[in-house]
Amino acid sequence: MTVDGFALAHLRRSPLGHLADRFAASSVPGPGGVRLRELPFLTQLNLRLDPTGPAAARAAEALGAPLPTGACQAAGTGALRVLRLGPDEWLVVGPDGAAPTLGDTLRQALGEEPGSVVDVSANRTTLELAGPSARPVLEQGCSLDLHPRAFGPGRCAQTTVAKVQVVLDQLDDEPCYRLLVRDSFAQYLADWLLDAAGESQAPLLASQSAGQSGGNAMKR
Amino acid sequence: MLLIACPWCGERDETEFHYGGQAHVAHPADPHALTDAEWGAYLFVRDNPKGEFAERWVHSAGCRRWFNVVRHTVTHDISAVYPAGQPRPNEQGEGTA
Repeated sequence: MTVDGFALAHLRRSPLGHLADRFAASSVPGPGGVRLRELPFLTQLNLRLDPTGPAAARAAEALGAPLPTGACQAAGTGALRVLRLGPDEWLVVGPDGAAPTLGDTLRQALGEEPGSVVDVSANRTTLELAGPSARPVLEQGCSLDLHPRAFGPGRCAQTTVAKVQVVLDQLDDEPCYRLLVRDSFAQYLADWLLDAAGESQAPLLASQSAGQSGGNAMKR
Repeated sequence: MLLIACPWCGERDETEFHYGGQAHVAHPADPHALTDAEWGAYLFVRDNPKGEFAERWVHSAGCRRWFNVVRHTVTHDISAVYPAGQPRPNEQGEGTA
């Protein structure tokens, strides 16, 4: 990232960068464990176009992944993820720094068709909640049915977690969730998730510290 | 808490939505032709039925789409959910488009 030739990347501060230590300390490995971390500065592009028009096929080709066709569906891998937010709206989530090239590609794909490609990377930061206990942790603050019968990999949802608006995306069966949250709500949501994880992990941590390992006890 | 079936996202808690008042209040074709009383009635006067009421909701914490709901104002039973711009489903012959 440069402005007038000056490199600015080292000046960037992610909304949750200062919590990295607490995320690491709260992560519990193994069965029943849960891991929390921030994925800062992911590229996010808001894509709006007619899903039945020619631009949809061109955009899918440009992305190398089909645009999800159903409501609340997600496609792609962790590196490039396409979430369907509405009947004519998608969120393309890519790696840090991909916004200019990815945006140009999508704008070319859009061509003269009605629609828009907007870089909203600075809008939200991303929390990744993963591990066998990720679902019970999330369920403490999310009213959606997250059971595999109703929600799973390839699904996304815009909903509230702990009363905060998030874009929820499940990447795999472990389960691994991504929570895309507004920067200004990120600290609150991170604190809430740390607290919720602490609550659900407490028995596990107690048994660990009482037993042999006790290696990665939560320091809260 | 109501469970409202957003036409796009499916069933969600009422707290994810915001209320938009009576549905199917058409903007006057020629506002300048209206008297002050008629304009006032268009702006401010709404039905207040005891029974089924067609109203607008927006899924503000979700897909941010507006849609219409027919809700019973006494029992809160939701008998129909349909996209904005569509006429009200006419079940008992009392509906108006």
